Amino acid sequence: MILVPVGEFPEWLLARLSRRTRIPLGPPRVDPAVAWNPGRGQYDSNRLLAELKAHYDGVVIGATACDLFIPVLTFVFGEAEMRGRAAIFSIHRLREEFYGLPENARLLESRALRELLHELGHLRGLAHCQDWSCIMSSAHSVERVDTRGDKFCHDCRLKLEAAGAAHGVPA
Amino acid sequence: MSEEKLSILIVDDEEVVRDSLVHWFTEEGYDVDSSASAPDALSKLAGREFDLVIADIRMPGMDGIELLEKIRSEQLDTSVIVMTGYASVETAVRALKHGAFDYITKPFDPDDLSVVVRNALEQHRLKRENRMLRQQLTEEASLNELIGGSDAMRRVREQIETVAGVDSTVLIEGESGTGKELVARAIHRLSPRRYNPMVVVHCGALTETLIESELFGHEKGAFTGAQYRKKGKFEAAMGGTVFLDEIADISLKTQTDLLRVLQEREIVRVGGTQAIKVDFRVIAASNRNLAEIVKEGKFRSDLFYRLNVFTIHLPPLRERHGDIPLLATHFLDKYSTQMNRKFTGFDRAAMDMLIAHNWPGNVRELENIVERAVVVGHEPLIRAHDLALPRPAEGAEDLSLESVERRHIVRVLEDFGWNQTQAAKALGIDRVTLYHKIRRYGLKPPAKAARV
Repeated sequence: MILVPVGEFPEWLLARLSRRTRIPLGPPRVDPAVAWNPGRGQYDSNRLLAELKAHYDGVVIGATACDLFIPVLTFVFGEAEMRGRAAIFSIHRLREEFYGLPENARLLESRALRELLHELGHLRGLAHCQDWSCIMSSAHSVERVDTRGDKFCHDCRLKLEAAGAAHGVPA
Repeated sequence: MSEEKLSILIVDDEEVVRDSLVHWFTEEGYDVDSSASAPDALSKLAGREFDLVIADIRMPGMDGIELLEKIRSEQLDTSVIVMTGYASVETAVRALKHGAFDYITKPFDPDDLSVVVRNALEQHRLKRENRMLRQQLTEEASLNELIGGSDAMRRVREQIETVAGVDSTVLIEGESGTGKELVARAIHRLSPRRYNPMVVVHCGALTETLIESELFGHEKGAFTGAQYRKKGKFEAAMGGTVFLDEIADISLKTQTDLLRVLQEREIVRVGGTQAIKVDFRVIAASNRNLAEIVKEGKFRSDLFYRLNVFTIHLPPLRERHGDIPLLATHFLDKYSTQMNRKFTGFDRAAMDMLIAHNWPGNVRELENIVERAVVVGHEPLIRAHDLALPRPAEGAEDLSLESVERRHIVRVLEDFGWNQTQAAKALGIDRVTLYHKIRRYGLKPPAKAARV
């Protein structure tokens, strides 16, 4: 499994995420411009997942600063193939500046880590969890991203272990 | 929280919308399927249940509103949310008028979608739970109606308790109106299958083709008008009880099919080829003596022996007159409560009349008579003239002026609780004249109201 930037992404943050999750970094190969939708002024997340799979072998997680959408939703924080090999998450709506607030690098790192781990859970086959404090609980707003914890709950961890996928997932 | 996943069917002609919603709801932990058109959605809904349907309004051919109408007219047990590409109030109102739970405009805010879906599923769950609880209440109330202190009824109750737990087939024989369905419900409620449904088939009311489809279900196109696949009662029972009422009325052909199902414990839907395993218990009922019908050659003896493992005979009401006061008072309480009336009992004459009647329609007839009396009677007591029963001596009714006057005076006195001043006023005579008439006819107020 590798972590790769898709388009411009703060290098310091990418390095921190890689270190904290122990997921090695990979080279940038996907240009987000291919997924640009001028009508919506956003990037098609489905298309980027397809691009990631086309450009990398093995499991790959893309990190982007682009604003992602899927056709029926106004936006998504991230997307992953369930039990698949590609996932992507965006920090666009995780930045405090998006909400008109002063920049907060520490908070951004904490939110980005949660999103990354959440998509990782989907890659390992986990669906959303009813436990609000679990990293796998669903979050459709940044407030919910902040509310949920940064760890897998006991049940989700057991499921990961049962699937033989707990290896490499940070506790 | 239940481990069983809630199910959602996405209906949209745009593949990209279907795919992304399926993906999104799968991540949310739902069991998701999708259809590219309304007809495809209907055939999926005919094959299995979905808790929620999310359908696009604009689709070629049958649109979302028509789909909604179909779902309502077929009485499919599902909630519907409609999706629209345009925020049009008119469209939204149309959808809501046709029974949609809510509508949502594309593209959705993820948080809004999540809230709307959660609310729809919660409402669906509550409706289902409400229906189940109502059913349970009705069944519990029904058990209370197996009333009677007579030896015959005591034996029936003992038989119910004995047979409920052993899962054998039961045959209930008794005249119309004796409460055969109540007995079947009592057996089901006391049996280990009580958490699964009891489905009722009134065999006498169905034609041969319909009863086959009713019992075994049918595949789409099995006959004219079979637009969708439908499960039969044996499948619908899902581990519960199938109550076959008026079993004597089924044709020899259906008897053969039924025998096979009882032996093999599997069914083949009409127009289908695949055998489907079914788990059920059968309780059958007949208002005629089935053994005699077998002798007449109108009922298969092998099916009769299959059904006749344990027989409960329900006595007609005329053979247990002693139970009438108890039953009548029970129905009086039931309907007084239902209609918010304050009856406390029957007067002596009314009760005598109830006990004297022959009750060809059995308990059902008694219930109907009491229900009507609660509507027309004057509180606090039901009187003889409130009962829509033939008068005991109707054949030889005395029509002399004297006799008619006597009956009329009694009726008015009863209406005013034997208050002679008020009765005289109503009769348009003075109190002294009334007093003389009472003496002359030897009329007496009832010693004590009979609340039996």
